[in-house]
Amino acid sequence: MSSKNSVMVFIQQDDGIVSEVSVELISKARDLADKLKVKVAGVLIGDGVAKKCEDLYPYGVDEIFLVEDKRLAHYTPVPYTKIMVDIIKKQSPQIVLYGATTTGRDLGPRIASNLKVGLTADCTDLQIGDYKFKDSEYKDILYQIRPAFGGNIIATIVAPEKKPQMATVREGVMKVGTPNPGLKGKVTPVPFTFSDSDFPSEILKRLREEKLVDLKGAQVIVAGGIGVGSKENFKLIYDLAHTLGAEVGASRAAVDAGFISKDHQVGQTGTTVRPKLYIACGISGAIQHRAGMSESARIIAINTDAEAPIFQIAHYGIVGDLNDVIPKFIKAFKAKQ
Amino acid sequence: MGLNLIVLVKQVPDTQNITGEAMKEDGTVNRAALPAIFNPDDLHALEAALEVKETIPGTKVNVLTMGPPSAVQVLKDSLYRGADFTALISDRKFAGADTLATSYALKCAIEKIGAYDLVFCGRQAIDGDTAQVGPQTAEKLGINQITNVSMIESIDPKKKEVVARRSIEGGFEIVKSGFPVLVTINDEEYIPRPPSVIRMMTYKNASVEGNGGTYDESYMNSAQVKRNQDVISLWDIATINADVESCGLSGSPTKVKKIESVILKSEDIKMIENTGDAIAQMVHELIADHTLG
Ligand SMILES: Cc1cc2nc3c(=O)[nH]c(=O)nc-3n(C[C@H](O)[C@H](O)[C@H](O)COP(=O)(O)OP(=O)(O)OC[C@H]3O[C@@H](n4cnc5c(N)ncnc54)[C@H](O)[C@@H]3O)c2cc1C
Ligand SMILES: Cc1cc2nc3c(=O)[nH]c(=O)nc-3n(C[C@H](O)[C@H](O)[C@H](O)COP(=O)(O)OP(=O)(O)OC[C@H]3O[C@@H](n4cnc5c(N)ncnc54)[C@H](O)[C@@H]3O)c2cc1C
Repeated sequence: MSSKNSVMVFIQQDDGIVSEVSVELISKARDLADKLKVKVAGVLIGDGVAKKCEDLYPYGVDEIFLVEDKRLAHYTPVPYTKIMVDIIKKQSPQIVLYGATTTGRDLGPRIASNLKVGLTADCTDLQIGDYKFKDSEYKDILYQIRPAFGGNIIATIVAPEKKPQMATVREGVMKVGTPNPGLKGKVTPVPFTFSDSDFPSEILKRLREEKLVDLKGAQVIVAGGIGVGSKENFKLIYDLAHTLGAEVGASRAAVDAGFISKDHQVGQTGTTVRPKLYIACGISGAIQHRAGMSESARIIAINTDAEAPIFQIAHYGIVGDLNDVIPKFIKAFKAKQ
Repeated sequence: MGLNLIVLVKQVPDTQNITGEAMKEDGTVNRAALPAIFNPDDLHALEAALEVKETIPGTKVNVLTMGPPSAVQVLKDSLYRGADFTALISDRKFAGADTLATSYALKCAIEKIGAYDLVFCGRQAIDGDTAQVGPQTAEKLGINQITNVSMIESIDPKKKEVVARRSIEGGFEIVKSGFPVLVTINDEEYIPRPPSVIRMMTYKNASVEGNGGTYDESYMNSAQVKRNQDVISLWDIATINADVESCGLSGSPTKVKKIESVILKSEDIKMIENTGDAIAQMVHELIADHTLG
């Protein structure tokens, strides 16, 4: 079994745990590979992570190339680049995908630079299609769709002439497929010899807290902006969230003002969410905020300014003071239960 | 013993106010339609370099930018804030560069400077929004990198080592690396100093007059720039010894196939009166269609 022409995913692990975006990417890679009639390959680099492979087969990865070494436990750019470049050269995938995480955005560009191939940043959609350029026609090219210019435009980027076509993909935008326990894959350990010069970065300290806020998994999100007015008044947002069994989100301006911590931020530089219901309270709806929530199934906007742009994407709009509207909302919901 | 630092800066269209007019039909950007500014993260990168210069006497800060002639504005601004030397990398053949071709040209320009200790980039430019140029340049130079750095914790010119704090999801890492190394600086900690009035007086004529800080694709009279070569140099493709095929459009594997402006979808919004009854009715609808409850 060869992984030539495959769709390959860089499987990111942090402290031995496979990142969610990698599972999203395997699911998407499966779709793309089915269209292209090729295999899905993965590359997992770390220390003592082999057992994680079993968990990934049900999402559709056929073969995982595994590289393990004590010094690879935590990501650093130079050795990871060396490994990826080597595996890509040997396996010749047609597409390679990375999560647009701090790690993926550190690693992807180095690999692209080494291989002299294209890399499209922070994609929010991937499709297969044909492309005509000058006199040439290219079949089954990867359309790499991404926002740019601060979210004001959506560009479709192609890199038809060179393989592999590579992209980093935003977290939370690709849907995780339903795992199929019948799907089987295999692990192929890849031996590597390293020298000290392969490890120019030394991590002296590393501090990471598991996210206490689960915005991505939330069905309902109540989000507050500058209009909430103060840290103390965010209690109102929490009250509504608590009543509805919802998670609390926030605009960047509310985070910057110190009303709430950064892990609650929704938007381009925060978390991308797609809940069943998003309730925006005192949020104007700046393009960078909408970038993270406009795919919500339903949006309620509560704002004193009838002209606020948030009303243009909302399904329900209430023009009013949130201090007045939210208590009515809480009362109405409690009464219905 | 001072260090030799290089800062890469970019002039960018101010993407806060974009209209559909800003894109040309071929997918390239009509930058003339937007005011041009110093890429915000790059001001933080410059500040980081200037703070190193203050702690290690004899350190030199070199600022490089690749762009059209009007990009000289960001170089002047860098001089006002404390840079020692600047160069504008400009040639028609660089036009249409993606991040790969951009990093190749920057690599050639850095090598022209000769021996260096650290390269500072912004984390991300606000137009292309890729954050790729820094790591791609580091790979081409064959040097280590530390990206998304919020703070340089310490720097040891004797041991030729730097320790930097790097932001990661949910926390941070403290990373040590020897020289040379490329760092990309984010907007979390460094507060860019304002231009110094005295330096403004000194350098205000240090370049040809641009065009009021807006992008302009017309090429300046390079003879005029040469008069001030001691602080602002103009480097074309030949000066930096770059291979033409690896620059600009021909050196760019990615192509823009299509551009769409983001349009607000103002479909069927239901306006709810701010009364208890109307809100109760909305809640009822949301429970009925299983959105709530
Ligand atoms: C590169 C970049 C990245 C960014 N990333 C993000 C991001 O990830 N997420 C994000 O959110 N932003 C982001 N921003 C910031 C974004 O541009 C906006 O500044 C921000 O979203 C505004 O937050 P806001 O809506 O809370 O504040 P404002 O725009 O100030 O809006 C406050 C709103 O509250 C309303 N209001 C006031 N009082 C009341 C009241 N009593 N009751 C009801 N309504 C009231 C006002 O009418 C107004 O509409 C980014 C910006 C940049 C440049
Ligand atoms: C809509 C659109 C989408 C694009 N998408 C992609 C894409 O997905 N992949 C791709 O390869 N290209 C893409 N490009 C091209 C890309 O924007 C340009 O190559 C640009 O020159 C550099 O990328 P950036 O703006 O993203 O910079 P970034 O990589 O975000 O910049 C990071 C840092 O690198 C330094 N730097 C960047 N450019 C320069 C410069 N000219 N001079 C000096 N220092 C610099 C600065 O320190 C900057 O802070 C796109 C362009 C457009 C218009």
